Amino acid sequence: MLKKSLAVLCASLMSVTVWAGNNPAVHEYTLDNGLKVVIKEDRRAPVVISQVWYKVGSSHEHNGITGVSHVLEHMMFKGTDKYAPGEFSRIISENGGNHNAFTGRDYTAYFQNLEASRLEVSFEMESDRMRNLKLLDEEFAKEIQVVMEERRLRTEDNPQSLTYEQFASTAFMNNPYANPVIGWMNDLENMNNADLRKWYEMWYAPNNATLVVVGDVDADEVLQLAKKYYGVHKRGEVATIKPRIEAAQKGEKRVLVKAPAELPYLMMGYKVPTLTPENSWEPYALEVLSAVLDGGKGARFEKLLVREKQIASSIGTSYGLVGLHDDLMSFSGTPAQGQTVETLEFAIREQVQRLHHELASEEELARVKAQVVATDVYQRDSVYYQAMQIGIMETVGLSWTMLADYVERIRAITPEQIQEVAKKYLIDDNLTVATLIPQPLDGETIKRRMSAGGGHGH
Amino acid sequence: MDTNNNSQAKGLITTMRTYKHMLFGLFTSLCVLLAVPAHASPTIQHWTTDNGARIYFVAAPDLPMVDIQFTFDAGSARDDDKKGVAHLTNSLLDEGAGKLNADQIAEQFDSLGAEFGTGSYRDMALMKLRSLTDPAQLTPALKLFALILSEPSFPAESFERNKKQTLIAIQSQLQSPQAIGGNAFFKALYGDHPYSAPSLGFEESVSALTRDDMVKYFQQYYVAKNAVVSIVGDLDRATAEAIAAQLASGLATGHAAPRVAPPAVLEKERVINIEHPSTQTHISIGHASVTRDDSDYFALYVGNHILGGSGLTSRISDEIRNKRGLAYSAYSYFSPMREAGPFMMGLQTRNDQASDAIKVMFATLQTFIDDGPTAEELEASKRNITGGFPLRIASNSKILGHIGNIGFYNLPFDYLDTYNDQINAVTIEQIKETFKRRVHPNKMVTVTVGAAPPEVKAATGFE
Repeated sequence: MLKKSLAVLCASLMSVTVWAGNNPAVHEYTLDNGLKVVIKEDRRAPVVISQVWYKVGSSHEHNGITGVSHVLEHMMFKGTDKYAPGEFSRIISENGGNHNAFTGRDYTAYFQNLEASRLEVSFEMESDRMRNLKLLDEEFAKEIQVVMEERRLRTEDNPQSLTYEQFASTAFMNNPYANPVIGWMNDLENMNNADLRKWYEMWYAPNNATLVVVGDVDADEVLQLAKKYYGVHKRGEVATIKPRIEAAQKGEKRVLVKAPAELPYLMMGYKVPTLTPENSWEPYALEVLSAVLDGGKGARFEKLLVREKQIASSIGTSYGLVGLHDDLMSFSGTPAQGQTVETLEFAIREQVQRLHHELASEEELARVKAQVVATDVYQRDSVYYQAMQIGIMETVGLSWTMLADYVERIRAITPEQIQEVAKKYLIDDNLTVATLIPQPLDGETIKRRMSAGGGHGH
Repeated sequence: MDTNNNSQAKGLITTMRTYKHMLFGLFTSLCVLLAVPAHASPTIQHWTTDNGARIYFVAAPDLPMVDIQFTFDAGSARDDDKKGVAHLTNSLLDEGAGKLNADQIAEQFDSLGAEFGTGSYRDMALMKLRSLTDPAQLTPALKLFALILSEPSFPAESFERNKKQTLIAIQSQLQSPQAIGGNAFFKALYGDHPYSAPSLGFEESVSALTRDDMVKYFQQYYVAKNAVVSIVGDLDRATAEAIAAQLASGLATGHAAPRVAPPAVLEKERVINIEHPSTQTHISIGHASVTRDDSDYFALYVGNHILGGSGLTSRISDEIRNKRGLAYSAYSYFSPMREAGPFMMGLQTRNDQASDAIKVMFATLQTFIDDGPTAEELEASKRNITGGFPLRIASNSKILGHIGNIGFYNLPFDYLDTYNDQINAVTIEQIKETFKRRVHPNKMVTVTVGAAPPEVKAATGFE
C-alpha cells in the first residue's frame, strides 16, 4: 500500500510544537514553498546535525533505471554553479564538520555534523544543491565507475548480499522493493547523465523534502536561517507515482543462489504490512513478535536455536516497521556445525508454528517492553539517531509525532495480538525462502593458505 | 583502536539488520579516524580501587543512564601459542556465572533493558554494560555484572558451542576478500610477533583449546591490576566510587601484564598476491609503524589526515576516486596500538585495474613524502580536526571511548584538554621530516586479494 500523498499541499506557514515526556521540544514548520522543517532542541553538547530528506529512493524507480537515486546522490557532491566539484566536502571539512549521504528504498538524505555555531555553512550549500546541481558529463563518467565499484564491493563479492538481492527480487513481483537500492549492474552500465538530470528535476524540490535539525540550537533562529536559505526556492512540480500494490502471492516461493562461498546461508521472508495511519496495531504487534524471537540473547532464537538445540551458528530477524510499501518479516541464519539449511529451515518453521498455537508468555512481553523503554533513553545519546527517526517518519508520509507514541503502542500489544498477526501473515503462502549454495572458492589452495594464517610471497 | 579483523569476520555471519536497505553514499567507515581531540573537554575523575583497578569517571547528568566498561590488557597479543584463547575466553564470560547459566544471565539483562556486551581485539578485551540509572534497573544489573566479573563458570557445554561458532567465524573469513587481505597483511607485517595472528585464532589452534585454557587465561589476565574501568553517566562521584568498588572487588588483585616485545622492522618490500574468485582486487599496503605513546604521533596523524585520512578531501581519495573513478573507498591510516600498529593504505578495484591503482597509490605516497603538504592543506586539516573537536565528545558513548583509551594506553591526563594545541603545533617541516623518517615505501608489504593477480613485482618498480 502506498501510504502518502506525494504532493504536500499546505502552502501557508504552519507551526506546531510538541513536548514529549521529558524529551526536548520538537518544532515543526512548513515554509511557503512547501519545505517541511522539523527542529529538535537538544542542548547536551554544542553540536548540531542538519539533514535534508528527499522523498525519493529506489522504490520510486522503474525497470531500466534502477540505482538512479543512489547515483544521483553521489553526483550531488559534484558541483553547482556556485561550488566546484569537491568544494562542498572541502568547506564542510574546513569548518570542522563531517558529512555524508545515504539512499534507501524510500528516501535519499544528506547530512552534516557540525559545531553548533556553523549551521549556516550547511544551510548555504545544502540549499544551493537542492536546485542548482550541474551534473557535469565528465564527473558523471567517473562517478558511475565509482558506483559500480561500490556494487562490486557490497554485493558482487559478498555471497550473503547476493543472496539477499535474489531473495528480495523473488519475494516481490510488482512491489518495487524487488529492486536493489544500488541498482542492477546492467542498469548501472547503461545509465547516462540525462537519466540523472531527469530524476533530479522530478524529485529535488523544497515541496518534496524535509529539513531536520537536531542539536544545540534555538528553533526560531533556525527557522529564520531556513527561510533565508531554503525559502528562496520556488515550489517544484513533483512527480506522482503509481501505488504498485503487490499482487497477491499464490504459494510459497523458493530460490537457490549459487555463489563462491564457504558457508551456506538461509533467508526466509513472510509478506507483512508496515505502519500506516490506518493500520494502528498490526505493525506494532509484528515488531513485538520480532523481538520475542530475536530481541536479545534471552529471546527464543538465541536461546533455543543457537544455545539449546545448536541448529544455528547465528540467526536474526529483520522487520522494518516503517516503509512506503508492505515489506517482509525475514529470518536469516547460518547453520551450526553438523546442521544444514534444511534443518535450520525446519527449526524456524517450528518457531513460527509455535507462534500460531501458543501465546507468548508474560515474561517474554515484559522483557520486550523493558528493552523498548530503556532503548528510548539510550537513543537520546545520539543526535544523529534522533534526526534519523524524525526524517524517516516524515519521508514515508507518517509524522514524527508518532515517535512519541511508540513506547506506549508497544506496551499495549497483547499476546493474543501477536498470535493474530502470526496466523494472518506468517503463513506458507506468504513465504519466500532463499538458500545460498556455496560454490568452490577456487579449490583447496586458498583454504590452505589462510588456515596457515597468510598468503605465500612472490 | 586496534584494527579489528575479528569484528569483520563476525559481521559476515551476522544477519543484515536495520540498515540493510540503506547505502551510505560517499565513503565507508573504512577510513579510520584515529584520534581523540580538545576544547571544553569533559572533566575526568580518576582513582584506583583497593585492589588496583584504575577508574576513569565522567559525570554526565543529562540522561538517566550509565555506561561502564572494563578494559583488560587481555587481547590476542597475550595468546602465546594458544591462538584464539583470548577471544574464546572473552566470548564465554556471559555464558555462566555463579549458579546462573547463559539463559538466566541473558534473560535478566534483557528484562532490565540493560545492554551487556563483550569484545576482544589484539590489544584488549572488553566487558561493557549500559543501563538505566533508576535503582530498579541499575542495582540488579550491577549485581549481575559483578557476578560475571568475579565468578564466570565457563560451562563445558558453552565452551564446546562457542568453539564451534568460532570455527565457523574463521571459515567465514575465507569467503571475504577483506578478511583474507587483512589477515595476510598482519601476518606479513608481524611475522612471529603476537600481532601477527587474527584475534579469532586459526582452525587448528582453536580446535586444540581446552576449557582449562579459558580458566587459566581468565585467572591470569582478568585481574584488577590489569584492568581499566571507564564510567560515564548520571552518577555522582560517591556513587561511581561505590559502583567501581562493588564491581572490581570481585577481581583478584593479580599483576599488570608485561608489555609484549616490539615487532621487528621489515628490511625489504614484499608483494603477496592471493587468488580469490572476486570481481575486485582488495589491496592493502603498509608496514608496522606507530605506538599510542609515540612522540611523532601528532605529526603522523595530521600528515595522514591530508594524505588519506580525511575522507573525500584527502589526496589518496582525490587521486584514486575523484580523478580516476578507480574505487569506492581509498584511504590511509595509522593505527596506533600498544606496540607499533600498522600504517596502511587500502582500496578495492576491478581486477583489471589493480596494477594501475597500486601505482597511483605509491606515487601519491612518494609525492607526499618528498614534498610534504602545502600550507593550505595543513591549515585545512587543522581546521577540520580542531573545529571538529566538539563532535568527538558529543555523546556518552564517545566520551567512554576516549577515557577508556586514555586509561588503557596511559595517555596524559590532559590529553583531551591539550589535543587541539598539539594539532595546531604541527608544522609542514615537521610532517615532511617525520614522514621521511617513519614511512618507507621500499619496505612495505603489498597484499592483493583477487581473481587476477596484478602485474606488480615491487613498489620500487613503479618509479
